[in-house]
Amino acid sequence: MGNLFKIATRNLLRYKRRTLLTASLIAIGVVFVLVFISVSGSFKNMMIGEITDSMIGHLQVHRKGYVASIETLPLNLNLKAGAVARLESILEKQPEIEAYSPRIKFGGMFSNFTETSSIRLTAVYPEKEFRTTPFLPLRVVEGSNELKQGKILIPELLARGMKVKVGDTAVIVATNQDGSVNGKQFIVAGILKSVTGPGGRDGYLHMDDAREILRMEGNEISEFAIRLKDFGKLHGFSEKLEGLLSNELNQQGKPIFELHTWEKLSPFFNVARMIDVMTFFIKLMLIAIVLTSIMNVMIMAVYERIREIGTIAAIGTLPGKILNMFLIEGFCLGVFGAITGTIAGILIVFIVNLSKITFNFGQQVGLILRANVNPVDILFISATVIVVSVVASLQPAFKASRMEPIKALRHV
Amino acid sequence: MSLIVAANITKDYQTGDVTVRALKGLSFEIEPASFVSFVGPSGSGKTTLLNLIGCLEKPTDGKLMVAATDVLHLDRKQNASFRGSNIGFIFQDFNLIPVLTVYENIEYPLLMVQNTPAAERKQRVNALLKAVDMTDQKDKFPDQISGGQKQRVAIARALVTNPKLVLADEPTANLDHKTAYMVIELMRKMRDEFGTTFIFSTHDQKIVGEAEIIFTIEDGELKGKESKGGGVNG
Repeated sequence: MGNLFKIATRNLLRYKRRTLLTASLIAIGVVFVLVFISVSGSFKNMMIGEITDSMIGHLQVHRKGYVASIETLPLNLNLKAGAVARLESILEKQPEIEAYSPRIKFGGMFSNFTETSSIRLTAVYPEKEFRTTPFLPLRVVEGSNELKQGKILIPELLARGMKVKVGDTAVIVATNQDGSVNGKQFIVAGILKSVTGPGGRDGYLHMDDAREILRMEGNEISEFAIRLKDFGKLHGFSEKLEGLLSNELNQQGKPIFELHTWEKLSPFFNVARMIDVMTFFIKLMLIAIVLTSIMNVMIMAVYERIREIGTIAAIGTLPGKILNMFLIEGFCLGVFGAITGTIAGILIVFIVNLSKITFNFGQQVGLILRANVNPVDILFISATVIVVSVVASLQPAFKASRMEPIKALRHV
Repeated sequence: MSLIVAANITKDYQTGDVTVRALKGLSFEIEPASFVSFVGPSGSGKTTLLNLIGCLEKPTDGKLMVAATDVLHLDRKQNASFRGSNIGFIFQDFNLIPVLTVYENIEYPLLMVQNTPAAERKQRVNALLKAVDMTDQKDKFPDQISGGQKQRVAIARALVTNPKLVLADEPTANLDHKTAYMVIELMRKMRDEFGTTFIFSTHDQKIVGEAEIIFTIEDGELKGKESKGGGVNG
């Protein structure tokens, strides 16, 4: 086998310019794919991280029917105390869960005594919420992220529009389930940076304050946000929890809970899917580049070496060995292209990271483009290039192996 | 027992609608360790006959035994194996593999055809390099040596597997007269040393005289057999 590699390498070096040109073409393809996958993949993962770790959590549990009406934040679809207790008892037993946070979500009016504006509010137990969405405290751009009773975190756009500063007093007025209106005075503890996605422009207050405003007597909850220890196990766990929750039925025998992963709660999932589709097509393009360039060069190689093929066949080289000789040549070309492309790709990604390129996405401004090269991607791309190179060499190699020695020797 | 037995062999080629009979019922026998030449003008059928003996083609009709094997019934793979074990080839254009050195070209059949162990390979290649006086040039590539040297390498390559038979189609056609004689001399020396049968074709009358048995072919027919020392058989 070593000798076949030696012959293949020497034959490739025999036509240096052509080999270099083909390998460069493959390498450029690999660079494009690698850089695209690294940049788009990192962007996707960064955005998913921002969305799940600063607002949504990895998955959420609501009362059945809540998500269909989520835009109106319906208080009448909150989970009642009994259901909350049953759900908490299930969640506590799941070793995959890192943390979970019960929330009450409601709409209200925010007044600074001179102006009033509408606001969406999320009431939380700060400790639980910060464990479930660890990026939330980092979104506080001014003031403190300590969310004690009587304090409120308000979104940046609202603070700017109404000229509210940290330490100012404001009033929240909200309508409760019965239709009566109640209000409570708050001190603005901090101002939150807005982020893209549902809940990205919500204000945050303490759970007890929300109960007071909404005159809730029982332990009612709008949603449970859940954070897993391993995000990679999201779908497996989601299926498991869905199975457990489906056993929880109301008096009519219908399920009490509904479970959604972040994908069903955030429109960014469609962007992520679009990125995946684009990545798939970019990979297809790479395969096409490798297939055509290797096939072209191998067809040429066979055509130029017909008399040589005739000679080695005449002196007794078996057809299988001739086939392998050309397959290995294609393989070596693929390996060379994959290695040079990977090195160049890693270098470009390194330069991109050094350049600290910034971009805006939705509400987020000045995001730094950080591209990460995943070793799995490198392996996958390299393996694809090499396999496609061998496949592309199959037809010319087969033709060479089937050549009649006498016809090949007569070839001029 | 004869090394080659040909009985009434014919070979037809189809060119469009026209069938051309290149060999017309040739019969002959060649003994082991012979030094044989097929002579005749261009187009007489010498190369075709050598191709049939070398199992590169099959006769249209007749019977052909090479090294006690009926070569008409060998399939493609068996043919390749048979050639690899029993026949060495020397080509008019030398046909050395350009990416391999002199040493590697001679080693090729042992390595890629016969899978000979490394130590034995080394010993046989070095012995042949010495026999054809190419030891000094062993690391050179074919494009770095002369035509005569290339043919010496080709002879060594043909002999390295210890074949029963070496076929050389116009081995001196691309060489000057002096080198041509040296190559024929070398072939004879190799025959003497290894006991291999050499069959070569030529249309060079001066070279023909070097053979010990001369078959004359004209228009695809065997016109005569001349053994050294006289005697012509039709």
